[in-house]
Amino acid sequence: MRKKEKKLVVTFHTTADAMAMEQVCQEQNVPGRLIPVPRAISAGCGLAWCTDLTCEAVLKKALECAGVKEQAMQECMV
Amino acid sequence: MIYLDHAATTMQKPPQVAEAVAKALCSMGNAGRGTHEATLDASRIIFDTRKKLAELFHVKNPRQIAFTANSTESLNLAIKGVLRTGDHVITTELEHNSVLRPLYEMEKQGVELTILKSDQKGRIVLQDFEREIRGNTKLIVCTHGSNLTGNLMDIAEVGEIAARHQILFCVDASQTAGVFPIDVQAMQIDLLCFTGHKSLLGPQGTGGLYVREGVVVRPLKTGGSGVLTYSREHPPQMPTALEAGTLNGHGLAGLHAAVSYLLETGIDEIRKREQFLMRRFYAGVCDIPGIRIYGDFEPEERCPIVSLNLGTEDSSEVSDLLYQEYGIATRPGAHCAPLMHQALGTVEQGAVRFSFSHYTTEEEVDTAVAALKELAAEM
Repeated sequence: MRKKEKKLVVTFHTTADAMAMEQVCQEQNVPGRLIPVPRAISAGCGLAWCTDLTCEAVLKKALECAGVKEQAMQECMV
Repeated sequence: MIYLDHAATTMQKPPQVAEAVAKALCSMGNAGRGTHEATLDASRIIFDTRKKLAELFHVKNPRQIAFTANSTESLNLAIKGVLRTGDHVITTELEHNSVLRPLYEMEKQGVELTILKSDQKGRIVLQDFEREIRGNTKLIVCTHGSNLTGNLMDIAEVGEIAARHQILFCVDASQTAGVFPIDVQAMQIDLLCFTGHKSLLGPQGTGGLYVREGVVVRPLKTGGSGVLTYSREHPPQMPTALEAGTLNGHGLAGLHAAVSYLLETGIDEIRKREQFLMRRFYAGVCDIPGIRIYGDFEPEERCPIVSLNLGTEDSSEVSDLLYQEYGIATRPGAHCAPLMHQALGTVEQGAVRFSFSHYTTEEEVDTAVAALKELAAEM
């Protein structure tokens, strides 16, 4: 298995929220990508945006731009 | 074949629609079910379709548009999802069965139903909406354009009446979405129901429901959502709340291409062309002896539909002759609009409906006019 690193992970209420977030992150060059929700956060499937720990501020701005209310934002070993 | 049945479904689509569906069939995964490229591609194209439709309908938040299979599903969702026993709802005689039958079902469950009468030209007096409002009126639901006469409803005015009385306003845009301007904000529309396969030029099996933020629509179905698997309840957030199960991603890829085409071409151009063709046909047939044409042709704009009868001839017979003898495809019968036919006095005879697309040619219109003249002469 690949080595895990601590990352900042945002989860969403819907797939549409995740896609809106991805689009804004790509437009604003926010680092990261969509990943399956780590089971350490939730066992219930769905998409999450995974980025570096240093990106919290730009991530919050991107959420605001996308008009998305995140389900949760937390640090996680990914 | 000269296809003049575009009000049933637009058979001629921009070529990129079929190309997009074919590409999706070969490459698209299931949207929202994992994060490999095939599923993300599906999620992306579906999300971008929401965005393009939001642009077309002036929807602020694209996630307030849920995808369905067609207008019928959207209307069932909207009507059954907001009305409860004891509520009152107002609709019109212009409606398709996709509005009427869900309303009749709700009436059996204790919903009070008022159906506004039309005049002999299939017009509704707008003040009647306001006159029929009661203390328990919850919803006004009406078509934007009659699928039989082609008459347009002034939905901005009806929206104003509904908003003034804090009543939900639901519009059936089956015959108008993609050709006539629809601005859910300016027109104060709370629920907009549309299908993808008519004037939006997309594939059959696609459609949608816009729900204004703050309006809660109870889902008709629950199930797979791609999120919150271990919850016993379906997620309440739009659009997932109304999209249980796998979406028609392949069809939506086609709708994406279709709406892109509409936005690039401009719906004003398309509408102008369709109005021209419809008027050309009307001018050609209106003086044929024995012809009866239904609807109101005085307003500048109307759906590109002309419904008519030749004398007392059975509309099914006339439509069949048009196809067998001239290769002209039309729609006879009742058009799933029983109350409109009652109001027009055409329950027994039905009517022959000609409907046009911007792809229709002048030659096709003229051939149809000539065919009707010949048939009328033989009566």
